[in-house]
Amino acid sequence: MGGRKKTLLGMAALMLLTAPLAGKSWAGDGPGTVELGSLANHYSAVTFDHAMHTGVAASCAECHHHTTGVAPTDPNCARCHEAGATAGSVACKSCHSDNRFSAADLAKIEGSPQLFHKGKPGLKGAYHRKCLGCHTTMGGPTGCQDCHTRNDKGDAFFNSGKYAPAPTASGGHGGGH
Amino acid sequence: MKMLNRRSFLKGGLAGGAAIAAVGTSKQALAGTQSFGGYPDSMGVLVDLTKCVGCRTCEAACNKEQGLPEPDKPFDDPSVFDERREGGLPRRTSEKAYTVVQKYDVPGREHPLFRKVQCNHCNEPACLTSCFVNAYRKTPEGAVMYDPTVCVGCRTCMVACPFYIPAYSYSSATNPVVKKCIMCYETRLKFGRPPACVEACPQEVMTFGKRKDLLKLAHQRISEKPEAYVDHVYGETEVGGTAWLYMSDVPFDQIGYDTHLGTQPIINYVKEFLAIVPMVLTIWPALFTGFHLLSNRKDAAKNEQNNS
Repeated sequence: MGGRKKTLLGMAALMLLTAPLAGKSWAGDGPGTVELGSLANHYSAVTFDHAMHTGVAASCAECHHHTTGVAPTDPNCARCHEAGATAGSVACKSCHSDNRFSAADLAKIEGSPQLFHKGKPGLKGAYHRKCLGCHTTMGGPTGCQDCHTRNDKGDAFFNSGKYAPAPTASGGHGGGH
Repeated sequence: MKMLNRRSFLKGGLAGGAAIAAVGTSKQALAGTQSFGGYPDSMGVLVDLTKCVGCRTCEAACNKEQGLPEPDKPFDDPSVFDERREGGLPRRTSEKAYTVVQKYDVPGREHPLFRKVQCNHCNEPACLTSCFVNAYRKTPEGAVMYDPTVCVGCRTCMVACPFYIPAYSYSSATNPVVKKCIMCYETRLKFGRPPACVEACPQEVMTFGKRKDLLKLAHQRISEKPEAYVDHVYGETEVGGTAWLYMSDVPFDQIGYDTHLGTQPIINYVKEFLAIVPMVLTIWPALFTGFHLLSNRKDAAKNEQNNS
Protein backbone atom coordinates (compact mmCIF):
# COMPACT_ATOMS: atom_id res chain seq x y z
CA MET A 1 0.00 0.00 0.00
CA GLY A 2 2.72 2.45 1.04
CA GLY A 3 4.81 1.53 -1.98
CA ARG A 4 1.91 2.00 -4.29
CA LYS A 5 1.16 5.37 -2.77
CA LYS A 6 4.79 6.41 -3.33
CA THR A 7 4.65 5.32 -6.95
CA LEU A 8 1.46 7.29 -7.39
CA LEU A 9 3.04 10.32 -5.79
CA GLY A 10 6.06 9.96 -8.04
CA MET A 11 3.83 9.67 -11.06
CA ALA A 12 1.89 12.71 -9.98
CA ALA A 13 5.10 14.70 -9.54
CA LEU A 14 6.32 13.61 -12.96
CA MET A 15 3.02 14.61 -14.47
CA LEU A 16 3.15 17.98 -12.79
CA LEU A 17 6.57 18.54 -14.31
CA THR A 18 5.57 17.47 -17.79
CA ALA A 19 2.15 19.09 -17.68
CA PRO A 20 3.16 22.49 -19.04
CA LEU A 21 4.80 20.76 -22.02
CA ALA A 22 1.96 18.48 -22.99
CA GLY A 23 -0.92 20.63 -21.80
CA LYS A 24 -2.22 17.66 -19.92
CA SER A 25 -1.03 14.31 -18.69
CA TRP A 26 -3.06 11.20 -18.18
CA ALA A 27 -3.32 8.97 -15.13
CA GLY A 28 -5.77 6.11 -15.45
CA ASP A 29 -9.21 7.47 -16.16
CA GLY A 30 -8.24 11.10 -16.45
CA PRO A 31 -5.44 13.62 -16.63
CA GLY A 32 -3.35 14.37 -13.53
CA THR A 33 -3.30 18.06 -14.13
CA VAL A 34 -4.78 20.24 -16.83
CA GLU A 35 -3.47 23.59 -17.90
CA LEU A 36 -6.53 25.78 -18.43
CA GLY A 37 -5.15 28.68 -20.39
CA SER A 38 -7.07 29.04 -23.67
CA LEU A 39 -8.97 32.02 -22.27
CA ALA A 40 -6.07 33.57 -20.33
CA ASN A 41 -6.20 37.31 -20.82
CA HIS A 42 -6.27 39.33 -17.61
CA TYR A 43 -5.18 36.36 -15.53
CA SER A 44 -2.59 33.62 -15.87
CA ALA A 45 -3.59 30.09 -16.84
CA VAL A 46 -5.04 27.83 -14.16
CA THR A 47 -3.17 24.65 -13.36
CA PHE A 48 -6.08 22.40 -12.51
CA ASP A 49 -5.27 19.39 -10.36
CA HIS A 50 -7.65 16.93 -11.97
CA ALA A 51 -6.38 13.94 -9.98
CA MET A 52 -7.07 15.68 -6.67
CA HIS A 53 -10.57 16.71 -7.77
CA THR A 54 -11.50 13.19 -8.85
CA GLY A 55 -10.94 12.22 -5.24
CA VAL A 56 -13.25 14.97 -4.00
CA ALA A 57 -16.09 14.72 -6.52
CA ALA A 58 -18.72 12.08 -5.86
CA SER A 59 -18.96 11.23 -9.54
CA CYS A 60 -17.41 12.22 -12.88
CA ALA A 61 -20.87 13.54 -13.78
CA GLU A 62 -20.46 16.30 -11.17
CA CYS A 63 -18.34 18.12 -13.72
CA HIS A 64 -18.62 16.14 -16.95
CA HIS A 65 -22.42 15.87 -17.02
CA HIS A 66 -23.36 12.91 -19.24
CA THR A 67 -20.21 12.68 -21.39
CA THR A 68 -18.18 10.11 -19.44
CA GLY A 69 -20.74 7.33 -19.50
CA VAL A 70 -21.95 8.05 -15.98
CA ALA A 71 -25.57 8.96 -15.37
CA PRO A 72 -25.94 12.74 -15.05
CA THR A 73 -26.68 14.16 -11.59
CA ASP A 74 -29.07 16.82 -12.85
CA PRO A 75 -32.55 15.32 -13.38
CA ASN A 76 -33.17 17.79 -16.21
CA CYS A 77 -30.19 16.35 -18.10
CA ALA A 78 -31.30 12.81 -17.34
CA ARG A 79 -34.53 13.39 -19.24
CA CYS A 80 -32.55 12.96 -22.47
CA HIS A 81 -29.17 11.64 -21.34
CA GLU A 82 -30.32 9.05 -18.83
CA ALA A 83 -27.80 6.40 -19.82
CA GLY A 84 -24.99 8.93 -19.88
CA ALA A 85 -24.01 8.53 -23.52
CA THR A 86 -20.27 8.94 -23.88
CA ALA A 87 -18.81 11.73 -25.96
CA GLY A 88 -15.77 11.59 -28.23
CA SER A 89 -14.07 14.21 -26.12
CA VAL A 90 -14.91 14.97 -22.53
CA ALA A 91 -12.94 18.23 -22.40
CA CYS A 92 -15.00 21.23 -21.22
CA LYS A 93 -14.14 23.19 -24.36
CA SER A 94 -15.50 20.45 -26.64
CA CYS A 95 -19.03 21.53 -25.74
CA HIS A 96 -18.64 24.92 -24.06
CA SER A 97 -17.62 27.50 -26.63
CA ASP A 98 -14.49 29.49 -25.88
CA ASN A 99 -15.93 32.29 -28.02
CA ARG A 100 -19.42 32.32 -26.61
CA PHE A 101 -20.41 35.69 -28.05
CA SER A 102 -19.00 35.37 -31.56
CA ALA A 103 -21.45 35.97 -34.40
CA ALA A 104 -21.21 32.30 -35.41
CA ASP A 105 -21.90 31.11 -31.88
CA LEU A 106 -24.85 33.46 -31.41
CA ALA A 107 -26.33 32.40 -34.76
CA LYS A 108 -25.91 28.74 -33.84
CA ILE A 109 -27.73 29.23 -30.55
CA GLU A 110 -30.48 31.25 -32.18
CA GLY A 111 -31.05 28.55 -34.79
CA SER A 112 -30.98 25.67 -32.33
CA PRO A 113 -34.30 23.92 -31.83
CA GLN A 114 -33.17 22.55 -28.46
CA LEU A 115 -34.08 25.49 -26.31
CA PHE A 116 -32.51 24.04 -23.20
CA HIS A 117 -29.04 24.23 -24.69
CA LYS A 118 -29.58 27.84 -25.65
CA GLY A 119 -28.77 28.67 -22.07
CA LYS A 120 -25.60 26.58 -22.11
CA PRO A 121 -22.78 28.72 -20.79
CA GLY A 122 -19.60 29.34 -22.75
CA LEU A 123 -16.27 27.99 -21.57
CA LYS A 124 -15.58 30.91 -19.24
CA GLY A 125 -18.99 30.64 -17.63
CA ALA A 126 -18.76 26.85 -17.36
CA TYR A 127 -15.40 27.03 -15.59
CA HIS A 128 -16.36 29.74 -13.14
CA ARG A 129 -19.83 28.45 -12.32
CA LYS A 130 -18.62 24.89 -11.82
CA CYS A 131 -15.48 25.77 -9.85
CA LEU A 132 -16.90 28.63 -7.77
CA GLY A 133 -20.21 26.88 -7.21
CA CYS A 134 -18.54 23.83 -5.74
CA HIS A 135 -15.85 25.78 -3.90
CA THR A 136 -18.55 27.85 -2.22
CA THR A 137 -20.45 24.83 -0.94
CA MET A 138 -17.34 22.74 -0.17
CA GLY A 139 -15.37 25.56 1.43
CA GLY A 140 -12.71 25.75 -1.30
CA PRO A 141 -10.87 28.92 -2.28
CA THR A 142 -13.19 31.52 -3.87
CA GLY A 143 -10.95 34.57 -4.39
CA CYS A 144 -10.13 35.41 -8.01
CA GLN A 145 -6.40 35.20 -7.43
CA ASP A 146 -6.64 32.02 -5.35
CA CYS A 147 -6.87 30.13 -8.65
CA HIS A 148 -5.21 32.43 -11.17
CA THR A 149 -2.90 35.38 -10.56
CA ARG A 150 -3.77 38.59 -12.33
CA ASN A 151 -1.27 39.92 -14.83
CA ASP A 152 -0.26 43.49 -15.64
CA LYS A 153 -3.00 43.81 -18.26
CA GLY A 154 -5.51 42.65 -15.66
CA ASP A 155 -4.24 45.19 -13.14
CA ALA A 156 -4.77 47.94 -15.71
CA PHE A 157 -8.26 46.63 -16.51
CA PHE A 158 -9.27 46.64 -12.85
CA ASN A 159 -7.47 49.92 -12.07
CA SER A 160 -5.66 48.02 -9.36
CA GLY A 161 -2.08 47.44 -8.21
CA LYS A 162 0.18 50.07 -9.74
CA TYR A 163 -2.79 51.38 -11.76
CA ALA A 164 -4.88 52.09 -8.64
CA PRO A 165 -6.40 55.57 -8.54
CA ALA A 166 -4.79 58.04 -6.16
CA PRO A 167 -6.90 58.24 -3.01
CA THR A 168 -9.00 61.41 -3.06
CA ALA A 169 -9.09 63.65 0.02
CA SER A 170 -12.87 63.84 0.10
CA GLY A 171 -13.33 60.25 -0.94
CA GLY A 172 -16.51 61.32 -2.70
CA HIS A 173 -16.89 63.37 -5.83
CA GLY A 174 -13.26 63.18 -6.80
CA GLY A 175 -11.88 63.32 -10.27
CA GLY A 176 -12.51 66.82 -11.53
CA HIS A 177 -13.17 65.56 -15.04
CA MET B 1 -81.54 91.03 -30.83
CA LYS B 2 -78.89 91.00 -28.18
CA MET B 3 -80.40 87.90 -26.53
CA LEU B 4 -80.53 86.11 -29.84
CA ASN B 5 -76.91 86.89 -30.44
CA ARG B 6 -75.90 85.58 -27.08
CA ARG B 7 -77.99 82.45 -27.45
CA SER B 8 -76.61 81.62 -30.85
CA PHE B 9 -73.12 82.25 -29.58
CA LEU B 10 -73.58 79.91 -26.63
CA LYS B 11 -74.99 77.31 -29.00
CA GLY B 12 -71.89 77.66 -31.13
CA GLY B 13 -69.73 77.40 -28.02
CA LEU B 14 -71.44 74.18 -26.95
CA ALA B 15 -71.04 72.73 -30.42
CA GLY B 16 -67.35 73.63 -30.31
CA GLY B 17 -67.00 71.99 -26.90
CA ALA B 18 -68.68 68.84 -28.16
CA ALA B 19 -66.34 68.85 -31.15
CA ILE B 20 -63.33 69.06 -28.82
CA ALA B 21 -64.68 66.22 -26.72
CA ALA B 22 -65.30 64.11 -29.83
CA VAL B 23 -61.80 64.69 -31.16
CA GLY B 24 -60.44 63.98 -27.69
CA THR B 25 -62.17 60.60 -27.44
CA SER B 26 -61.18 59.59 -30.95
CA LYS B 27 -57.55 60.35 -30.11
CA GLN B 28 -57.93 58.33 -26.94
CA ALA B 29 -59.26 55.36 -28.89
CA LEU B 30 -56.42 55.73 -31.35
CA ALA B 31 -53.88 55.67 -28.53
CA GLY B 32 -55.47 52.53 -27.16
CA THR B 33 -55.27 50.55 -30.39
CA GLN B 34 -51.87 51.84 -31.48
CA SER B 35 -49.90 50.71 -28.44
CA PHE B 36 -46.30 50.26 -29.59
CA GLY B 37 -45.23 47.33 -27.45
CA GLY B 38 -41.59 47.33 -28.57
CA TYR B 39 -39.71 46.32 -31.71
CA PRO B 40 -40.42 42.65 -32.52
CA ASP B 41 -36.81 41.53 -33.03
CA SER B 42 -35.13 43.77 -30.49
CA MET B 43 -32.26 42.33 -28.50
CA GLY B 44 -32.12 41.99 -24.75
CA VAL B 45 -30.12 40.68 -21.84
CA LEU B 46 -31.34 38.10 -19.35
CA VAL B 47 -29.68 38.54 -15.96
CA ASP B 48 -29.67 35.55 -13.61
CA LEU B 49 -29.09 37.18 -10.24
CA THR B 50 -28.56 33.81 -8.56
CA LYS B 51 -25.25 33.46 -10.40
CA CYS B 52 -23.65 36.85 -9.68
CA VAL B 53 -20.68 36.71 -7.29
CA GLY B 54 -20.09 40.46 -7.05
CA CYS B 55 -16.65 40.58 -8.70
CA ARG B 56 -17.40 43.91 -10.46
CA THR B 57 -15.71 42.81 -13.69
CA CYS B 58 -18.74 44.22 -15.55
CA GLU B 59 -18.07 47.63 -14.05
CA ALA B 60 -14.44 47.53 -15.20
CA ALA B 61 -15.46 46.38 -18.69
CA CYS B 62 -18.04 49.19 -18.98
CA ASN B 63 -15.47 51.73 -17.86
CA LYS B 64 -12.97 50.66 -20.54
CA GLU B 65 -15.51 50.18 -23.35
CA GLN B 66 -17.16 53.56 -22.85
CA GLY B 67 -13.89 55.38 -22.12
CA LEU B 68 -15.16 56.58 -18.76
CA PRO B 69 -12.95 58.46 -16.27
CA GLU B 70 -10.78 56.68 -13.75
CA PRO B 71 -12.86 55.31 -10.86
CA ASP B 72 -12.50 56.58 -7.30
CA LYS B 73 -11.55 53.10 -6.11
CA PRO B 74 -10.10 50.06 -7.93
CA PHE B 75 -12.64 47.75 -9.53
CA ASP B 76 -11.55 44.88 -7.30
CA ASP B 77 -12.29 46.86 -4.13
CA PRO B 78 -15.36 45.34 -2.41
CA SER B 79 -15.64 48.27 0.05
CA VAL B 80 -17.84 50.10 -2.49
CA PHE B 81 -20.67 47.74 -1.57
CA ASP B 82 -20.84 49.38 1.86
CA GLU B 83 -20.95 52.94 0.51
CA ARG B 84 -24.22 54.72 1.23
CA ARG B 85 -25.64 57.88 -0.29
CA GLU B 86 -28.55 60.06 0.88
CA GLY B 87 -31.26 58.00 2.55
CA GLY B 88 -28.98 55.05 3.26
CA LEU B 89 -29.28 53.83 -0.30
CA PRO B 90 -26.54 51.88 -2.10
CA ARG B 91 -24.48 53.28 -4.97
CA ARG B 92 -26.30 54.32 -8.12
CA THR B 93 -25.24 54.98 -11.69
CA SER B 94 -23.27 58.16 -12.28
CA GLU B 95 -21.48 60.07 -15.02
CA LYS B 96 -18.41 57.99 -14.19
CA ALA B 97 -20.14 54.62 -13.95
CA TYR B 98 -22.97 53.56 -16.29
CA THR B 99 -23.32 50.33 -14.34
CA VAL B 100 -22.85 49.53 -10.64
CA VAL B 101 -23.18 46.32 -8.65
CA GLN B 102 -25.13 46.49 -5.41
CA LYS B 103 -24.95 44.02 -2.55
CA TYR B 104 -27.97 42.87 -0.54
CA ASP B 105 -27.77 40.85 2.64
CA VAL B 106 -30.99 38.86 2.53
CA PRO B 107 -32.13 37.29 5.82
CA GLY B 108 -32.14 33.51 5.54
CA ARG B 109 -29.97 33.48 2.40
CA GLU B 110 -26.57 31.86 2.91
CA HIS B 111 -24.68 34.35 0.74
CA PRO B 112 -25.32 37.98 -0.11
CA LEU B 113 -27.17 38.69 -3.33
CA PHE B 114 -25.49 40.93 -5.87
CA ARG B 115 -27.45 43.00 -8.30
CA LYS B 116 -26.10 44.78 -11.36
CA VAL B 117 -27.79 48.09 -12.08
CA GLN B 118 -27.77 49.86 -15.46
CA CYS B 119 -30.29 51.25 -17.94
CA ASN B 120 -33.02 48.66 -18.52
CA HIS B 121 -33.68 49.94 -22.05
CA CYS B 122 -37.49 50.07 -21.82
CA ASN B 123 -39.64 49.15 -24.81
CA GLU B 124 -41.39 52.49 -24.39
CA PRO B 125 -38.96 54.62 -22.41
CA ALA B 126 -40.24 57.33 -20.09
CA CYS B 127 -37.01 59.29 -20.59
CA LEU B 128 -37.65 59.38 -24.33
CA THR B 129 -41.25 60.53 -24.05
CA SER B 130 -40.38 63.14 -21.43
CA CYS B 131 -37.62 64.75 -23.52
CA PHE B 132 -38.85 67.89 -25.24
CA VAL B 133 -35.83 68.23 -27.56
CA ASN B 134 -36.07 64.58 -28.72
CA ALA B 135 -32.56 63.78 -27.52
CA TYR B 136 -33.59 60.17 -26.95
CA ARG B 137 -34.36 57.42 -29.42
CA LYS B 138 -35.09 53.72 -29.16
CA THR B 139 -33.22 51.74 -31.80
CA PRO B 140 -34.80 48.64 -33.43
CA GLU B 141 -31.95 46.65 -31.83
CA GLY B 142 -33.31 47.63 -28.43
CA ALA B 143 -30.93 50.30 -27.14
CA VAL B 144 -32.21 53.57 -25.72
CA MET B 145 -29.82 56.17 -27.08
CA TYR B 146 -29.46 59.84 -26.35
CA ASP B 147 -27.88 62.64 -28.33
CA PRO B 148 -25.82 64.87 -26.04
CA THR B 149 -25.48 67.51 -28.76
CA VAL B 150 -29.16 68.45 -28.55
CA CYS B 151 -29.55 67.85 -24.81
CA VAL B 152 -30.25 71.12 -23.05
CA GLY B 153 -29.71 69.70 -19.58
CA CYS B 154 -33.26 70.09 -18.27
CA ARG B 155 -32.95 66.68 -16.53
CA THR B 156 -36.64 65.85 -17.03
CA CYS B 157 -35.55 62.36 -18.10
CA MET B 158 -33.91 61.87 -14.71
CA VAL B 159 -37.25 62.61 -13.06
CA ALA B 160 -39.21 60.52 -15.57
CA CYS B 161 -37.08 57.35 -15.36
CA PRO B 162 -38.79 54.83 -13.06
CA PHE B 163 -35.42 53.16 -12.40
CA TYR B 164 -33.40 56.30 -11.49
CA ILE B 165 -30.83 55.61 -14.22
CA PRO B 166 -29.87 58.75 -16.17
CA ALA B 167 -27.02 60.58 -14.45
CA TYR B 168 -25.86 64.12 -14.99
CA SER B 169 -22.34 65.40 -15.56
CA TYR B 170 -22.47 67.86 -12.69
CA SER B 171 -18.67 68.05 -12.87
CA SER B 172 -18.80 69.94 -16.17
CA ALA B 173 -19.34 73.66 -15.64
CA THR B 174 -19.57 74.53 -19.34
CA ASN B 175 -21.42 71.65 -21.01
CA PRO B 176 -23.16 69.36 -18.55
CA VAL B 177 -25.17 66.58 -20.21
CA VAL B 178 -27.11 63.48 -19.27
CA LYS B 179 -25.03 60.29 -19.09
CA LYS B 180 -26.27 56.72 -19.12
CA CYS B 181 -25.75 53.19 -20.44
CA ILE B 182 -26.39 52.91 -24.20
CA MET B 183 -26.11 49.09 -24.28
CA CYS B 184 -22.76 49.59 -26.10
CA TYR B 185 -24.80 50.42 -29.20
CA GLU B 186 -22.13 52.32 -31.14
CA THR B 187 -19.31 49.84 -30.60
CA ARG B 188 -21.11 46.52 -30.26
CA LEU B 189 -24.90 46.20 -30.38
CA LYS B 190 -25.36 47.61 -33.88
CA PHE B 191 -22.89 44.97 -35.11
CA GLY B 192 -24.90 42.21 -33.41
CA ARG B 193 -22.48 41.87 -30.51
CA PRO B 194 -23.46 41.90 -26.82
CA PRO B 195 -22.60 44.75 -24.45
CA ALA B 196 -19.10 44.67 -22.95
CA CYS B 197 -20.37 43.83 -19.45
CA VAL B 198 -22.16 40.74 -20.76
CA GLU B 199 -19.06 39.40 -22.45
CA ALA B 200 -16.70 40.22 -19.57
CA CYS B 201 -18.68 38.48 -16.83
CA PRO B 202 -16.74 35.41 -15.62
CA GLN B 203 -19.92 33.74 -14.38
CA GLU B 204 -21.84 34.48 -17.57
CA VAL B 205 -24.61 35.83 -15.37
CA MET B 206 -26.04 37.54 -18.43
CA THR B 207 -27.43 35.91 -21.57
CA PHE B 208 -27.62 37.98 -24.73
CA GLY B 209 -30.22 37.34 -27.41
CA LYS B 210 -33.55 38.35 -28.86
CA ARG B 211 -35.82 39.59 -26.10
CA LYS B 212 -38.64 37.22 -27.07
CA ASP B 213 -36.23 34.22 -26.99
CA LEU B 214 -34.82 35.29 -23.63
CA LEU B 215 -38.32 35.36 -22.15
CA LYS B 216 -38.91 31.77 -23.29
CA LEU B 217 -35.52 30.76 -21.90
CA ALA B 218 -36.23 32.45 -18.57
CA HIS B 219 -39.60 30.74 -18.13
CA GLN B 220 -38.14 27.40 -19.13
CA ARG B 221 -35.34 27.82 -16.59
CA ILE B 222 -37.88 28.65 -13.89
CA SER B 223 -40.08 25.67 -14.71
CA GLU B 224 -37.08 23.33 -14.69
CA LYS B 225 -35.81 24.60 -11.34
CA PRO B 226 -38.88 26.01 -9.60
CA GLU B 227 -37.15 25.77 -6.21
CA ALA B 228 -34.26 27.96 -7.41
CA TYR B 229 -36.24 30.96 -8.65
CA VAL B 230 -39.21 33.15 -7.81
CA ASP B 231 -41.80 32.72 -10.55
CA HIS B 232 -41.40 36.13 -12.08
CA VAL B 233 -39.19 37.64 -14.76
CA TYR B 234 -38.67 41.25 -13.81
CA GLY B 235 -38.87 43.45 -16.89
CA GLU B 236 -41.22 41.19 -18.83
CA THR B 237 -44.20 43.42 -18.11
CA GLU B 238 -42.90 46.22 -15.88
CA VAL B 239 -43.59 49.65 -17.42
CA GLY B 240 -44.55 47.95 -20.68
CA GLY B 241 -41.48 45.69 -20.76
CA THR B 242 -37.73 46.28 -20.72
CA ALA B 243 -34.87 44.89 -22.82
CA TRP B 244 -33.05 43.84 -19.66
CA LEU B 245 -34.75 40.99 -17.82
CA TYR B 246 -34.03 39.59 -14.38
CA MET B 247 -34.40 36.25 -12.60
CA SER B 248 -33.92 35.90 -8.87
CA ASP B 249 -34.24 33.44 -6.00
CA VAL B 250 -35.29 36.28 -3.67
CA PRO B 251 -38.56 38.24 -4.10
CA PHE B 252 -37.69 41.32 -6.13
CA ASP B 253 -39.09 43.80 -3.61
CA GLN B 254 -36.50 42.60 -1.08
CA ILE B 255 -33.55 43.46 -3.31
CA GLY B 256 -34.32 46.99 -4.32
CA TYR B 257 -36.60 46.42 -7.33
CA ASP B 258 -39.72 48.56 -7.53
CA THR B 259 -42.54 46.04 -7.86
CA HIS B 260 -45.29 48.69 -7.98
CA LEU B 261 -44.49 50.20 -11.34
CA GLY B 262 -47.44 48.60 -13.10
CA THR B 263 -47.46 47.10 -16.56
CA GLN B 264 -48.27 50.23 -18.53
CA PRO B 265 -45.57 52.31 -20.22
CA ILE B 266 -45.22 55.61 -18.35
CA ILE B 267 -46.40 57.45 -21.48
CA ASN B 268 -49.83 55.80 -21.20
CA TYR B 269 -50.55 57.73 -18.02
CA VAL B 270 -50.18 61.05 -19.81
CA LYS B 271 -51.16 60.14 -23.39
CA GLU B 272 -54.76 61.35 -23.04
CA PHE B 273 -53.65 64.57 -21.48
CA LEU B 274 -50.91 65.13 -24.05
CA ALA B 275 -53.35 64.50 -26.91
CA ILE B 276 -55.48 67.39 -25.67
CA VAL B 277 -52.58 69.81 -25.29
CA PRO B 278 -52.35 70.85 -28.99
CA MET B 279 -56.10 71.45 -29.10
CA VAL B 280 -56.01 73.44 -25.92
CA LEU B 281 -53.24 75.53 -27.41
CA THR B 282 -54.99 76.13 -30.74
CA ILE B 283 -58.71 76.16 -30.02
CA TRP B 284 -58.90 77.61 -26.52
CA PRO B 285 -57.26 80.96 -27.33
CA ALA B 286 -59.68 81.55 -30.21
CA LEU B 287 -62.65 80.31 -28.19
CA PHE B 288 -61.99 82.41 -25.13
CA THR B 289 -61.00 85.44 -27.12
CA GLY B 290 -64.41 85.10 -28.75
CA PHE B 291 -66.13 84.89 -25.34
CA HIS B 292 -64.15 87.89 -24.18
CA LEU B 293 -64.93 89.99 -27.23
CA LEU B 294 -68.62 89.08 -27.04
CA SER B 295 -69.01 90.03 -23.39
CA ASN B 296 -67.01 93.19 -24.03
CA ARG B 297 -69.26 93.98 -26.98
CA LYS B 298 -72.27 93.56 -24.72
CA ASP B 299 -70.72 95.88 -22.14
CA ALA B 300 -69.69 98.31 -24.84
CA ALA B 301 -73.22 98.31 -26.22
CA LYS B 302 -74.59 98.88 -22.70
CA ASN B 303 -72.19 101.75 -22.19
CA GLU B 304 -73.23 103.21 -25.50
CA GLN B 305 -76.89 102.95 -24.51
CA ASN B 306 -76.21 104.54 -21.13
CA ASN B 307 -74.18 107.32 -22.70
CA SER B 308 -76.76 108.12 -25.33
